[in-house]
Amino acid sequence: MIKTIEGGPSVLYIDKHFIHEVTSPQAFKGLEKRGMEVFRPRQIVATADHNVPTIDQHLPIKDELSRLQVQQLIANCAKHGVELFGLGHPYQGIVHVIGPELGITQPGMTIVCGDSHTSTHGAFGAIAFGIGTSEVEMVMATQCLLQSKPKLMRINVEGQLGKGVVSKDIILYIIAKISASGATGYFVEYAGSAIRSLSMEARMTICNMSIEMGARGGMIAPDQITFEYIKGREFAPRGAEWDKKVAAWSELYSDPGAKFDLEINIDAADIEPMITYGTNPGMGIGISGHIPAGTEITEKEKPGFFKSLAYMGLQEGAPIKGKKVDYVFIGSCTNSRIEDLRMVASFIKGRKKSKDIEVWIVPGSKQVEKQAIEEGLDKIFEEAGFHLRQPGCSACLGMNEDKIPAGKYCISTSNRNFEGRQGPNARTLLASPLTAAVAAITGEVADVREYL
Amino acid sequence: MSTRSINTVHSTAVPLNIENVDTDQIIPARFLKATSREGFGENLFRDWRYNTDGSPKNDFVLNNPTWKGRILVAAKNFGCGSSREHAAWAIKDAGFDVVISSFFADIFKNNALNNFLLPVTVSEDFLKDAFTAIEKDPAAEITVDLPQQTITLEPTGRKEKFEINNYKKTCLLNGYDDIDYLLSIRNEIESFERQF
Repeated sequence: MIKTIEGGPSVLYIDKHFIHEVTSPQAFKGLEKRGMEVFRPRQIVATADHNVPTIDQHLPIKDELSRLQVQQLIANCAKHGVELFGLGHPYQGIVHVIGPELGITQPGMTIVCGDSHTSTHGAFGAIAFGIGTSEVEMVMATQCLLQSKPKLMRINVEGQLGKGVVSKDIILYIIAKISASGATGYFVEYAGSAIRSLSMEARMTICNMSIEMGARGGMIAPDQITFEYIKGREFAPRGAEWDKKVAAWSELYSDPGAKFDLEINIDAADIEPMITYGTNPGMGIGISGHIPAGTEITEKEKPGFFKSLAYMGLQEGAPIKGKKVDYVFIGSCTNSRIEDLRMVASFIKGRKKSKDIEVWIVPGSKQVEKQAIEEGLDKIFEEAGFHLRQPGCSACLGMNEDKIPAGKYCISTSNRNFEGRQGPNARTLLASPLTAAVAAITGEVADVREYL
Repeated sequence: MSTRSINTVHSTAVPLNIENVDTDQIIPARFLKATSREGFGENLFRDWRYNTDGSPKNDFVLNNPTWKGRILVAAKNFGCGSSREHAAWAIKDAGFDVVISSFFADIFKNNALNNFLLPVTVSEDFLKDAFTAIEKDPAAEITVDLPQQTITLEPTGRKEKFEINNYKKTCLLNGYDDIDYLLSIRNEIESFERQF
């Protein structure tokens, strides 16, 4: 932090700035309009992810507007000296997947990106949050942002997770508990034995969805698991510099007795595989549960609740298990890392997908894709009838061709079930990669615990 | 874009009484492919406003000529979801200068402020009165006085103070933005960098 303006926000220095094709063009344009150059181009990393096709990436992008946006990113990066991991580059991928896997994301950094899921990087103990395009322009111009101090929340998840329950279920459970707006104005620290036992991939899934309860960011104190993950990666510090960094990173934790504006305690044993039934990520239930009845909803929330059920074509009070599913999407910055793909592969090995279901697996990056192929996961997917596609944001937001048709149900490992998110009138059920995998096999919403 | 400063806004208002309106509703992702900031207004609330064949849905409030004005009255947790600033651009481009709610999502609020679209946070009770007033009488006017930080429902005279930090208020009143400020302290930024 550089300084605080009297009666106003603070000036925060930004260590690392990720950009992509959708929220950066207007920022470059704004900068040029002011006759300026990028202030610290070496602190920016660019990739193309939101718009890119996930098949035939070697061919020119068919959609004209998407192609123009990606071309503009290439031109802007070249002109301003920004490193670009674009289509065809071995490091290309979803911005929140490549930052960590290349070792660019490190503990203690301030990290921003014109994308609300930037909170993902908080899994490394970084201060990471999403910004709008005007703020992207600010960081390009000055490497700084004006920020007001957020309130602090700590969510402690203690104990051991049950069979078939994974990190996606933890975060869906938390959001269902505190609602889609329950953490607005807060920065959240996730703590407790259940969180500490998670891998980095699993921690990223949790921090990724912080924004879905309104939090600006989420973070987890770095530890040995964090350092092991970063060590040896392409842009990670090496040699003496590594030792120095690890010593500094080891100091990054909340003091014992630190005061939080709100503290929430969760028993890991209470969490079962989760799924959403509505049109915001707070509308989630345990897989064995029922959609709430109208009588359980407050008067004020009723219009939204019934609008949501009408959109989803679901009945109040009905069980969710057994609901027929048309599509399965395994991907997005929430769940497209190698561990997610391994989880799905190990479950489906020797099984076949249900006849009428379409299954898309979209790896988070070229690196993930490469590793999946090296490990033979592609063969397992193929034998089960799943399609392993190429990296990008894909059907999480349907900016490319990967859209779910109107009225169809999709179990998705992504982060948002908003109306039209996966395509106009598409119906999204958010769940973990395991719950998505079991749906792919059975063709309906099923409890993975019965198949383990 | 329209005005680059805000002072007092006195206008009729458009009611959108739905909670948790996310930025995917405000502007769906498929309209984010433009590389300029202009023209997003025509796709504001695209899928709520138009049928798939492009014909307007008459029951949606923006298609109802009864309600118009420069103020959008929205319900709790407005602007949640994606950080896309296109949402703020679309609302501003459609002719709104103020959005009123009891609760805004953080990123949307910043995006709005950076585009001279004033987010006014009011109490739940005031918001309820505001909806009642404009739903009863579409000609009901609301006054938002930024210098005084007050909002008034003209039919009843009900007035409430709203919060905004002094720095941002000065920016809005004078039509300058954060980049103007940050550029003015570039020496301090450079000396900060040298310490590390």
